[in-house]
Amino acid sequence: MSTLISTNRRNFLKLAAAAGGGLVLGFHWSNAEAGTMEVMKNGVVPAGSVDFNSYLSISPENVITIFSPNPELGQNIKTSFPMIVAEELNADWSKVKVLQANLDTNRFERQLTGGSGAVPHSWERLRKAGATAKYMLIEAGAKRWKVDASSVTAENGMITHKASGRQLTYGELATEASAIPVPAEVKLKSKKDFTIIGQPIRNVDGFEMYTGKPLFGLDFYREGMLHAMIQRPLSFGTKIKSVDATAAKAMPGIVDVVTFKNNVAVVGKSTWQILKARKLLKIEYEKEDTLESTADHDRLFKELMNTGEATVHRTDGDVATAFKSAAKTIVREYQCPFLSHSPMEPMNFFAHVREDGVELVGPSQTPDAARKVCATLLGVAPDKITLELTRLGGGFGRRLKTDYATEAAELSSIIKAPVKVTWTREDDMTGGSYRPAVRYRFEAALDANGNMIAYKLRGVGINSGNSTREDNFPSGSVDHLLIDSVEHKSPITTGAWRAPITNFLAYAEQAFLDEVAEAAKKDPVQFRLELLDRAKSKPVGAIKYDIDRMKGVIELAAEKSNWGKKKNVSQGFAVYFSHRSYVAHVADVEMKKGKPVIQKITSAADCGVVVNLSGAHQQVRGGVIDGMGHALFGNLTFKDGAVEQKNYNTYRMIRYKEVPEVDVHFVENEIDPTGLGEPALPPTGGAIANAIYKATGKRLYNQPFTLEEKMKGVNLGERM
Amino acid sequence: MSKYTLNINSKTLQVDVDADTPLLWVLRDSLGLVGTKFGCGIAQCGACTVHLNGNAVRSCSLPVSAVGSNKVTTIEGLSEKGDHPVQQAWNEVDVAQCGYCQTGQIMTASALLSKNPKPTEEQIATAMNAHICRCGTYHRIKEAVVLASSKL
Repeated sequence: MSTLISTNRRNFLKLAAAAGGGLVLGFHWSNAEAGTMEVMKNGVVPAGSVDFNSYLSISPENVITIFSPNPELGQNIKTSFPMIVAEELNADWSKVKVLQANLDTNRFERQLTGGSGAVPHSWERLRKAGATAKYMLIEAGAKRWKVDASSVTAENGMITHKASGRQLTYGELATEASAIPVPAEVKLKSKKDFTIIGQPIRNVDGFEMYTGKPLFGLDFYREGMLHAMIQRPLSFGTKIKSVDATAAKAMPGIVDVVTFKNNVAVVGKSTWQILKARKLLKIEYEKEDTLESTADHDRLFKELMNTGEATVHRTDGDVATAFKSAAKTIVREYQCPFLSHSPMEPMNFFAHVREDGVELVGPSQTPDAARKVCATLLGVAPDKITLELTRLGGGFGRRLKTDYATEAAELSSIIKAPVKVTWTREDDMTGGSYRPAVRYRFEAALDANGNMIAYKLRGVGINSGNSTREDNFPSGSVDHLLIDSVEHKSPITTGAWRAPITNFLAYAEQAFLDEVAEAAKKDPVQFRLELLDRAKSKPVGAIKYDIDRMKGVIELAAEKSNWGKKKNVSQGFAVYFSHRSYVAHVADVEMKKGKPVIQKITSAADCGVVVNLSGAHQQVRGGVIDGMGHALFGNLTFKDGAVEQKNYNTYRMIRYKEVPEVDVHFVENEIDPTGLGEPALPPTGGAIANAIYKATGKRLYNQPFTLEEKMKGVNLGERM
Repeated sequence: MSKYTLNINSKTLQVDVDADTPLLWVLRDSLGLVGTKFGCGIAQCGACTVHLNGNAVRSCSLPVSAVGSNKVTTIEGLSEKGDHPVQQAWNEVDVAQCGYCQTGQIMTASALLSKNPKPTEEQIATAMNAHICRCGTYHRIKEAVVLASSKL
């Protein structure tokens, strides 16, 4: 049997404690009130367990251990993955113990969290893992009882031979089952027979989370480890000219100050000591690139929109001719600012670079990439690096980057000591990798009958790559179409932010289509359905979305929201396809004391089979709140290359009082799961903007909405 | 560095730290009580909330020298077995997504309910509005506070 976990934390700690007897740096385990410091819950499988495959071990005492290999950041994968295995295994869920697997590319593929892709990627693998083990357990029972396997059943964690009334637990048969040859093919359950999948199953880490057990990267402490904070340049486009660390080094608890690349790391014995000492650093920076301000970007957007060299992503028909023949044309522009990912747990990573190998511990959405980058950086073979995955206190794309892991490894290799690098909130907000700022121009041409005959979209983004999604709706439903983009390269770093690009593009597109529908004198829902019908009956070019599934969520959202039937309520509609799934929202806005207030969002989602109903509701509601909060408040601006908002006192997040009712519905079907971590977010801003227009007659073209001149004095979320 | 004798979770504990060290870092770095979270450091997000004599306070902005003999309760000391009605309600409602902010949320909710077991919707909102949940679990936070209240 192969070793299931590379590091047994409890033993490791015992060893560390024994070896480091005389060490008195930082943390004193003698006063540790928490007792053990296991970062991972139940870090090992019970002794004597039998491995059935990478995901599943069963102990003779009937503990069913299921590994969840993907980083858990709140998308609830650590509960959903094991549910899928347990379903096909017909396990008794109450006997299932879930373990977070560490990075192990020999055992697992795609150990990453991003693109709403984990369940779609692993769905069949996980089902087969459970079904294979179930087959082997049944065979083992049949063999022991000398009966035909077809007369033996596996239900609720028990292997039963009904005819003779004999029964054994999975655990009792595990060892014998492991000797059964692994079948090449197994039969999977019919989806209508699912008993675990589709249920609202509570988070497997609930107890640990609500009692404050160490789970997250920042909770990792080890005897003898040092703490570090790094001062990075505050302005993008600058580099270190000189460092005077005299005052910082003289502070109590400071072990060293180390400069590498553009980083000045203050290393010491406790977080507070390094935080204080870091403020005493005297660092001079010099300009090495342009120092951009938001005002520059505003100017650039307008210039590049007209004169920028655009990359064409899709052309259908002849747009120029169609616009010339149009009865009516509509042109609108929309702009969004940079955003910080701002997960609640600030960036952090632990690294211990030793002669014989490297140990990394922390919250990463891409552990394999982090290991590879560290291997290259340190000149160490990847198999000499272990990466232990902690729970992630949110990610939203920020932890797809490996910068905060590799800098810890680099620092550890320089100081030759185990070290945890902690970022402050200010470090996080000023440290880059933002949602790129983008401006869009949409153009539509209508014929005399109100049919959209031509459609143009240009995106201008700052480090945004292709800021369009050229094959999304309404592509395929319009005869003449042109979609292109212009990118401005900037020293300001950007990265994938939950529902990359679509997190803003969807709002702009859905707000624009609302205006087009109005110009065509059509109901917004009917307008979209007609376009989809057209895409189906007379498709133009490639169609890369499922027309029926898109119509399905539109119709469900309209039905559940009583679209167009509510009195004294202004409704706005939006629908979007992203990350393989379909979501439509209807926003209800009511006028309170003369001001618009968002009262309710009704959501319809089609993500295929819902794995965990509780988690799925969370993803849709969370996506709506995320989309609404950032559409209303999110705003990161720059002055001479430096971020102007550095913490939550100036960078505003949506709070409890601002959240409307969110009523979630799922399309029921038997399509294999298509992902849900992101798709609910993109259409939110559009539904809200369209409802606000109906309520106030004011169109919103810029995010955040609350900073729009026409929304002055309005807090769209305030209900109390 | 100075020695401070603190009353934390009904235990007398001694730490040797700088006088201006926020209670948050004493709990985490010196005492291994990592259930109290670091989120913003400026009392805006609520992740670091603990009870000081039963009141919800932000430990990131409370220097250890100001704690004195006041009673500190952290999430680890809220209940012996992790079964405080608020903790139970959080589990029953399945509140968390990433879970990072939830210990702070639970500390505020439990402080509210200990003083006011039957709060109005508005009183709940006023208390919980002091927290940020980046994942957006606000609906379930409300549900869990109401559930816990119904059992008190």
